[in-house]
Amino acid sequence: MIETALSIALGCVALAMLLNLYRLLRGPTAPDRILALDTMVINAIALIILFGILEESGTYFEAALLLAMVGFVGTVAYTKFLLRGDIVE
Amino acid sequence: MIDILIAFLILLGGAFALIGSWGLARLPSLMSRLHGPTKATTLGVGGCLMASMLYFPTHGLSWSAHELLITLFLFITAPISANMIAKAYIHRRHSETRMTVETARMLPDSPSGPAEWATFGVADADRPKQPSGEPAQPL
Repeated sequence: MIETALSIALGCVALAMLLNLYRLLRGPTAPDRILALDTMVINAIALIILFGILEESGTYFEAALLLAMVGFVGTVAYTKFLLRGDIVE
Repeated sequence: MIDILIAFLILLGGAFALIGSWGLARLPSLMSRLHGPTKATTLGVGGCLMASMLYFPTHGLSWSAHELLITLFLFITAPISANMIAKAYIHRRHSETRMTVETARMLPDSPSGPAEWATFGVADADRPKQPSGEPAQPL
C-alpha cells in the first residue's frame, strides 16, 4: 500500500515541478522567476524524501537538508541582488 | 494500521505540493501567486517529512533527527523568503514606473499625524485632491 501511495505522490510532485518550470519560463517579472525557483527547490526536497522512503535509505536526508539550506540562501541572494544591485555590500 | 497513516500522509504531502504549484501556475498576479508556494507546498513537504519520520522507526530502521531539522528549517525560512520576494517585487514596480494615483489608493491608509509611508510616498503633484481641504502634508 505504501508503494502505491509513494508512486502516486512521486507523480504529483513531478507534475508540480513541471508547473514550476512553466512559471519559471513564462513568469513576466524577475520576482516571479525567483518564486518559481524557490518552489522548485521545495518540491525537489519533497522528491528526495519520497525517494529516500522508497529506497529505505537514510542517506538522502543529508541531501535534502543541504538543499533546504542552499535553496534559502539562494533565494535571499537573488532578492538582495534585485533590491540593492549587489549581494555582498 | 500505521501503514494506512503513513500512506495517507504521503498522499496528503503529494496532493498539497501539487495544489501549491497549481496555484503558482494559475493565479493572476505575483502577490496572489505567493500564497500557493508559501503555504500549500510547505505543508506538502511537511506531510512527506512526517510520513518518513513514522516510516523509518516502524520498519526496523534507525531513526534520525534529520527530518525534524529539515521541517524546522523549512518552516522558518518559507515566510522569510516570501517576504523578501514581495519586497523585491514592490520595490521594482515602484522604481520602474512612478507611482500613480491608482497605486497610491491601493496602499493602506498611512498612520495619522505628520508621519506617512516613507518608501512609497506620492509626489505632491500626483497627490489626489483631498475633499476636506486639508493641506497636503510635506514629504
